[in-house]
Amino acid sequence: MSSPAIEVRDLRKSYGTHDAVRGIDFEVARGEVFGLLGPNGAGKTTTVEVLEGYRDRTSGEVSVLGFDPGTRPRELRSRVGIVLQAGGMYRFVTVREAVTHWARLYPHPRDVEEVIAVAGLQEKADARVRTLSGGQARRLDLALALVGDPELIFLDEPTTGFDPAARRAAWDTIRSLRDLGKTVLLTTHYLDEAQELADRVAIIKAGRILAIGRPAELGVGALTRARVTWRDEDGRVQEREVEDPTRLVHDLTAAALAHGGTVAELTVSRPSLEDVYLELTADAAADAPIPPVPARA
Amino acid sequence: MPDALTLGWHQYRLERRMFWRNPSAAFFNFVLPLLFLFLIGAIVSGDQDALDVIVPGIAGMSVLSTTFSALAMNLVFLREQGVLKRMRGTPLPSGAYLGALAANAVTNAAIQVTIVVVSGRLFFGTGWPEDYLELVVFVVAGVACLAALGVAYSHLIPNFDSAPAFVNVVFLPVIFVSGVFFDAEDAPAFLRDIGRALPLTHVIDGLSGAMVTGASLADNAGSLGVIALWGIGGAVLAIRGFSWDAKRS
Ligand SMILES: Nc1ncnc2c1ncn2[C@@H]1O[C@H](COP(=O)(O)OP(=O)(O)OP(=O)(O)O)[C@@H](O)[C@H]1O
Ligand SMILES: [Mg+2]
Repeated sequence: MSSPAIEVRDLRKSYGTHDAVRGIDFEVARGEVFGLLGPNGAGKTTTVEVLEGYRDRTSGEVSVLGFDPGTRPRELRSRVGIVLQAGGMYRFVTVREAVTHWARLYPHPRDVEEVIAVAGLQEKADARVRTLSGGQARRLDLALALVGDPELIFLDEPTTGFDPAARRAAWDTIRSLRDLGKTVLLTTHYLDEAQELADRVAIIKAGRILAIGRPAELGVGALTRARVTWRDEDGRVQEREVEDPTRLVHDLTAAALAHGGTVAELTVSRPSLEDVYLELTADAAADAPIPPVPARA
Repeated sequence: MPDALTLGWHQYRLERRMFWRNPSAAFFNFVLPLLFLFLIGAIVSGDQDALDVIVPGIAGMSVLSTTFSALAMNLVFLREQGVLKRMRGTPLPSGAYLGALAANAVTNAAIQVTIVVVSGRLFFGTGWPEDYLELVVFVVAGVACLAALGVAYSHLIPNFDSAPAFVNVVFLPVIFVSGVFFDAEDAPAFLRDIGRALPLTHVIDGLSGAMVTGASLADNAGSLGVIALWGIGGAVLAIRGFSWDAKRS
């Protein structure tokens, strides 16, 4: 169990002259939920599909459960579950038929009805795939990825198109996978999703990893400064960024108390993952030196 | 790990079920050769020589449409929809999957040839086949060859929208020069030569031998050779250029 589930060393992938992935390194430990976060075209799907064995890499080393995914060994495919960003399905098959059929393809499948329930598709179990809504079809994708009881699950934007309730339910499913000791590699555009689910996150842009670490650490590590905001006596919102807010807050509150007043709408906040993400992926920042971020957790 | 044969069987069952789930497509699939048979049968009515050409000809056309045309269209559709890509991520061996798709096409070919043979006997005076072994050998060889060519041809078709045009531009000329509707020997020399170079003419020769003329397997050995050559070439190209993903990397 000690070797990582996924190891990526200096992975590069070019499409013709376009370098989609430009030398990335990361590891995903067994039992870890790892998030790849980045804007459109960052190279998330390219990276994940190299690890799934769909795409050849241009250079670099990758290992998935100890296998080279480029050779697509059948044993690896039976131990991995995949939710593609866009995957098609037989149009006339019903949900239950599809899950039942997929279960047959794996050596130790989960119970079909249980998986349908986990995906929240009980009411649609006998519906044909082409009658499913976008979000329901996505839930079927999740069911098909889980029915083989894989130890490693790739989820490429698994909750895109979900309504809020379905997203929460999918999060619970993914958390339950972690509780079962499964390893999960997921990509997402949703910062709250990464923050909620991932043990560690890599922020990727233009084929490079800009920051990697625990979501909470990334917030603190990237921008150590605190933001203090309040409304001044003229009713204007004031905002200061300081290394240590103690002094500023003390001065503000002391001055207010001296006049027998209050500091209106006083807040002290640390940057969230969202702030870090926006800062790192802002266009101006793309070519600037990478901010001081711990490169590894 | 479930073995490849069992998985291929499950996949074949799924493909069959999906085929019948689209009843109108299934219906037209089987009605089309009959429609041809009855229309042309009516036109040449009473002319037994012409009927003796048309019945095996339509049987050969059925083999072409259920294997070459259907597989090429189906594969382009599955590729474009992303079904091929999804299947590729499962432990289902590629060979078992493609074998199941081919077996599905073969089943349709067998059903259609049976329908044509029975109709020939009942309505067009062609009698029961004289040589069942020859019939089976040529149906099997034709199916294998034309299925391989259909898979290979699917690689040339860029997307599903253009698939019917791509398929028909081969299907229609081939059925004309291969002697589906008239005896290929009566055609102008250059058309006859083209027809003789193509596999369908030889499939029809074999079927005709089995059903009508009495030419034996030994007489038609050369035809079997041509079919085999096309089949081997088709199989090599089918495997070589295969793409599981509409977005090639
Ligand atoms: N098959 C392909 N051929 C050519 N270029 C490609 C191919 N696939 C991806 N690209 C390009 O590589 C870059 C990275 O694409 P990728 O799909 O990995 O991005 P992504 O991070 O998954 O984006 P999104 O969030 O939009 O899904 C993009 O610029 C894309 O246009
Ligand atoms: Mg993507």
